[in-house]
Amino acid sequence: MQRYQQMFNRLKTEQRGAFVPFVTVGDPGPELSFDIIKTLIDGGADALELGIPFSDPIADGPTIQNANLRAMAAGVTPAMCFDIIRKIREYNADIPIGLLLYSNLVMARGLDNFYSQAAAAGVDSVLIADVPLHESKMFRQAAMAHDIAPIFIVPPNVDDDDLRAIASYGRGYTYLLSRAGVTGTETQAAMPTAELIARIRAYNPAPPLLGFGISTPAHVKDAIANGAAGAICGSAIVKILEQNLGQPAKLLSELKQFILQMKAAT
Amino acid sequence: MSELKLNPYFGQYGGMFVPQLLVPALKQLEQAFVDALQDPAFDAEFQQLLTEYAGRPTPLTLCRNLSPNPLVKIYMKREDLLHGGAHKTNQVLGQALLTKRMGKTEVIAETGAGQHGVATALACALLGLKCRIYMGAKDIERQQPNVFRMKLMGATVIPVTAGSGTLKDAVNEAMRDWSASYATSHYMLGTAAGPHPFPTIVREFQKMIGEEAKQQILKAEGKLPDAVIACVGGGSNAIGIFADFIKEEGVRLIGVEPGGKGINTHQHGAALSTGSYGILHGAFTAIMQTSDGQIEESYSVSAGLDYPAVGPQHTHLQQTGRAEYVAINDDEALAAFQHLAKAEGIIPALESSHALAHALKMAKEATEPMVLLVNLSGRGDKDLSHVHSILAEQATDNAKTSNEGAH
Repeated sequence: MQRYQQMFNRLKTEQRGAFVPFVTVGDPGPELSFDIIKTLIDGGADALELGIPFSDPIADGPTIQNANLRAMAAGVTPAMCFDIIRKIREYNADIPIGLLLYSNLVMARGLDNFYSQAAAAGVDSVLIADVPLHESKMFRQAAMAHDIAPIFIVPPNVDDDDLRAIASYGRGYTYLLSRAGVTGTETQAAMPTAELIARIRAYNPAPPLLGFGISTPAHVKDAIANGAAGAICGSAIVKILEQNLGQPAKLLSELKQFILQMKAAT
Repeated sequence: MSELKLNPYFGQYGGMFVPQLLVPALKQLEQAFVDALQDPAFDAEFQQLLTEYAGRPTPLTLCRNLSPNPLVKIYMKREDLLHGGAHKTNQVLGQALLTKRMGKTEVIAETGAGQHGVATALACALLGLKCRIYMGAKDIERQQPNVFRMKLMGATVIPVTAGSGTLKDAVNEAMRDWSASYATSHYMLGTAAGPHPFPTIVREFQKMIGEEAKQQILKAEGKLPDAVIACVGGGSNAIGIFADFIKEEGVRLIGVEPGGKGINTHQHGAALSTGSYGILHGAFTAIMQTSDGQIEESYSVSAGLDYPAVGPQHTHLQQTGRAEYVAINDDEALAAFQHLAKAEGIIPALESSHALAHALKMAKEATEPMVLLVNLSGRGDKDLSHVHSILAEQATDNAKTSNEGAH
């Protein structure tokens, strides 16, 4: 998980923010998925946020739900995802890799076993979409035991008690929600005010990255201008995949263009 | 983080596994519930609705002809006679009052067969709440009369095409909606499952079933029953009739899960019989899943039991040995459905037919006197066309077989 600290240090010297793309591992199939993630890195991603396909992704809107379904239909299992991630880690030794997934996938493998496999594959952080602070103890302890950063979400309705707990338990980065609801570009990011981000930062949590509804370079720029350490973009990227199914060359070139533009806005 | 007011766990089962965003909404609901329980005015209004609108108390009926064994008396708690046609009406009235107490004006619900949707729609019509109900696209096709009922009572029915297009996906979609709308909307979950505080709230708003039945059977028999039997999908009617008997150690509590085409096939909904535990829809409980932790599709002839998980208190009751859980398959339930109609002139819901089928099994095997209490959780009107087509199909198959035999 030291890779996050190294990334934020580097960005500080460069006086820039982080651009963190999200895709579901194995979408639309295992081979192309590796090329897609490689393209994210080549396009200038500062860190990666990777989903593991799950049957019931309740925090996701239609775009990422479909990414989960496509990967599962292609026969992608969590074990295959770890294989792909291991190859990505071999391709790039420095980029922070975060997992974003649902609790039952962790439970099914056993907590210790899951975090140990994730660490062995080169994962730096794990965010479990349906584990709030109240239920986080056993997960964050297993994560820390394997040198993996537990990531916590700061929703717009956060109270001071939760901010204190997130600052104390979170490592790596803090996932700042731009708005209520589920993932997706259907509802645009509602930019948190500089005051809100300042209030959050006053508790000194791991650096906040803004996610949900981030789909344009302007969103990235605004997020950083208002005090976020960077932005996470998922559904807008997955849409490029969705619109170019069956045309891998076009998919990868459009994807690279988009990543370059988004990174340029940092 | 601020503490919860109530214990979110039953033993090691339950909890509140939801996105952080929904935690304030669940805490607000918990607070409103705790306050309401201490407010005599809330209880008075709830009791008045139950009595004057829904028709409580419901009767306890001793079967005259159903029991196959003279040693065995079978009593039925008649939730089928409740307004709306099933026990579901009890708890939606309670949750609708909580919605108003929280100052919310809209209600979201999920429904499988449409019984919870109908109950939600009627409570919302009565109490002036705007309601939208998520229902799997497949279920909408199978349950047209209930869709029409909901619409008549002013509800908006939203088809869910994601996933398998059944109850599990409708719950997913309702939770997604709620995570964007919790400021104005209450999620009226339909069973004693899901994240804390729903399993506790739904039990508290259903436990009058067991409280009434206990008094009624004491009056009729002068003693407690030997066993209380109820069907278990998510488990709300079962926990409702069990709750007041849990402390009566001499009374067996038996939950009947949908065995579908057999629990050794993948086509069933018997989560507790599989012995597999995980997290679905906010709770750590018995679930149907693959070895990777992907949730499996459940199956049952009865849409109301067609759910791949079960309320966490049932998992706890099973683990502690206080309750037993068995499975009854489609054919056995269909036979009990017809048997009760012919024997007593009562058409039960296919869900409740599972409980009846198990009671009949116990009665057949009994060698000494026994008093059984079955929760007849709903009436079978909604199942008529479904059962009609199944029986017609069976008749055709039988005719074919006997024709082939003649050649």
